[in-house]
Amino acid sequence: MSTQQTEPAKAGPEPRTPAPEPRRRSVTSHARDVKPGFVVKLVLVALVDALGLYGILAAAAVQSWGIVVFLVLALVAVNWVYFSRRMLPGKYLVPGLLFLLVYQLFVMAYTGYVSFTNYGDGHNSTKADAIQAIQVQTERRVEGSPTYPVTVLARGDELALGIVDEDGHVRVGTSAEPLETLDGAQADGDRITGADGFEVLGLAQIAQRQGEITELRVPVSDDASEGSLRTQDGSTGYVYTPSVAYDEAADTFTDLESGTVYTPSRYGTFTAEDGSRLTPGWRVGVGLENYTAMFSDSRLSGPFFTILAWTFAFAILSVVTTFGLGLFLAIVFNDPRVRGRRFYRSLLILPYAFPGFLAALVWRGMLNPRFGFVNEVLLGGADVPWLTDPWLAKLSILLVNLWLGFPYMFLVCTGALQAIPSDVIESARMDGAGAFRVFRSMTLPLLMISVAPLLISSFAFNFNNFTLIYMLTGGGPNFESSPVLVGHTDILISMVYAVAFESGVKQYGLASAVSILIFVIVGAISYAAFRRTKTLEEL
Amino acid sequence: MARASLELHAPVTGVRWWREVGWRHVVGVVMVVVCVTPLLYVVSASLNAGGTLTGSNKLFSQVSGANYAELARTDFPLWAVNSLVVCTATALGTVLMGAAAAYAFSRFRFQGRRASLTALLLVQMFPQMLAFVAIFLLLLTLGDVFPALGLNSRLALIAVYLGGALGVNAFLMYGFFNTIPRELDEAAKIDGASHAQIFFTIILRLVSPILAVVGLLSFVSAFGEFILAKIVLSRVENYTLAVGLYVWASDERNAPWGLFAAAAVLAAIPVLLLFQFLQRYIVSGLTAGSVKG
Repeated sequence: MSTQQTEPAKAGPEPRTPAPEPRRRSVTSHARDVKPGFVVKLVLVALVDALGLYGILAAAAVQSWGIVVFLVLALVAVNWVYFSRRMLPGKYLVPGLLFLLVYQLFVMAYTGYVSFTNYGDGHNSTKADAIQAIQVQTERRVEGSPTYPVTVLARGDELALGIVDEDGHVRVGTSAEPLETLDGAQADGDRITGADGFEVLGLAQIAQRQGEITELRVPVSDDASEGSLRTQDGSTGYVYTPSVAYDEAADTFTDLESGTVYTPSRYGTFTAEDGSRLTPGWRVGVGLENYTAMFSDSRLSGPFFTILAWTFAFAILSVVTTFGLGLFLAIVFNDPRVRGRRFYRSLLILPYAFPGFLAALVWRGMLNPRFGFVNEVLLGGADVPWLTDPWLAKLSILLVNLWLGFPYMFLVCTGALQAIPSDVIESARMDGAGAFRVFRSMTLPLLMISVAPLLISSFAFNFNNFTLIYMLTGGGPNFESSPVLVGHTDILISMVYAVAFESGVKQYGLASAVSILIFVIVGAISYAAFRRTKTLEEL
Repeated sequence: MARASLELHAPVTGVRWWREVGWRHVVGVVMVVVCVTPLLYVVSASLNAGGTLTGSNKLFSQVSGANYAELARTDFPLWAVNSLVVCTATALGTVLMGAAAAYAFSRFRFQGRRASLTALLLVQMFPQMLAFVAIFLLLLTLGDVFPALGLNSRLALIAVYLGGALGVNAFLMYGFFNTIPRELDEAAKIDGASHAQIFFTIILRLVSPILAVVGLLSFVSAFGEFILAKIVLSRVENYTLAVGLYVWASDERNAPWGLFAAAAVLAAIPVLLLFQFLQRYIVSGLTAGSVKG
């Protein structure tokens, strides 16, 4: 396979082997030898380059340097791989690897990073953003300050406010540029009628962009403490000044009325001595605190350990019950004397073929305590709280998962049973083993060889079976007095979801820490599984 | 088993038949009832114009197409199109990228090949959805730069799904590619075919069964994928079926149950049909480890 050697050959006595193209190609000029395939490649790579360049410009415009660096590296790699005559495997690997890199490897690493921060509501961004946000959010209209007749202008998409000062000069500013005198503008009394580079917005346009206009704040001057000009209705404006002042040298905020000093704390907020805080804060690293909170914060660790135990119980019981029923049915129908086995089989796999999320939702309706089919019809009007009692909800989840999962095990076990050579079983019988003994000592061990890896992957799948839990019970019934919105049937992955998105205060940091914990558990289980198989040796 | 087939010639009857064969039919009938009842219930609820949970309890008390007609006036057609677009794009992308990667691993010997295969195997252990918080935060940031790849974009969801494509399927395909004799490639190479020609015109045709299986599996898994779709898509008109139908069915007070049932029947039919096709591959172990969600 020397012709397929694609890495630069080591400097040795042998000359470097060329790429596997036929030799005549190297004689004729490339320019003449343009194949349709090359044109397609050229067009595709050009398209990728164009999109990438656009991306670089767009990212640079908002100063997302991380994205810029990634895009530059990715573009260089793509062009190098596709126009180099070597790098053959690269040509086939690059597209998939790029997606894998961004949407799987990066997000995994990012989960790890976030788990060591306090990222979440109130700590969403950088310190600079937080300082700016505090200045904006604590702004108050200056008591008795004059009102200005303002004119709303637009430069492209950007909104601007303009006023006519006492001397008749037109002053215009945007959210990024403070008010400045603008030459070449016309005013009619205190209204601006035209300005170079700006468009004067009419009433209809003002009404249309009402939301943006009330949000707009135009700094009065470069000094932030002088406040900003804002308008509620698009025609009259007021000067708002912040009620706290930021001292850049000392890195503190001072309340202008009470004189309270807020200093930055280790948890990413400006905090006064009495413990009061200015919101929002910013994102800081908190070390292992998210991890220790799960185990030692008593309000959190109670629910956490309950959920951890239930996650294992759910995953193990799901595998055991589905495999048990599936194997039982496979044995039942593995008798050639049973007529209509195809018929049974095609009906028995229906729950497996029915989309899982729909099945969970249908069962949710059927198990509804007051109106559901199970209570009303099957149990004749009983009032069993299938989904609202902690233990019954767990039972319901296991039963529904059994309904969903046993056909897969049935199919797999049927296949595995048929693959067991009959002479082995036969010889065991000859040696006098009874039916049960044959099953326990021959069939089951032989079956396990092919089925065990599937049981492990089924365990891993159920360990993270978010869809079933979330759709059937939503994790409920909820724990009382838990700081996060989790319940008796939540498993770890749905706890992550609850912490990150459903609790009153979103805590991405804590949620990521729980994710990392799941990574570790799943990784450990898979590692143990792989050690037993020979997959690694077959590469 | 040999003994069983011998006994076929002497049919057992009476008590012995019941003890050895008949009870198996009893088990079968019970299980069929258990399997089919919920499905019959959905079909019946979808035909019940009343459309409430209570009203749906008498199976087939009413047969009307009102719910199905009503569906056309809801967001259901939009969601169906979204699901179709997202799942088709995901399936196509997965098949192409997975096949290309499997071809590279199977046919080229290069430095780092073993290491990358091992790395892929490791990545494969960790389902992408475990990192959904980070995916959400990534899209939040990306959306500032490219709205098309940010939150609430179907394109972004497809990109996210494609990110998980290689990890899940490359191995399945790699194994199958290895079963295609290399002599075929070599013959083509001697005839002057380039590596791209060998891949697109020879290999892809020979491995078409695995392409079909991987395409269908990734279509079905994207169809049933819920958590990523839920966090990425927040506007009603962008929902996929999984997100949209969840919103319908989880509305405790005024759940449009009849509409949900009709939508569920329509959404399940294509998947049920696909599974008739996939069934034999599952039995043959080709899809080993692909537990459906």
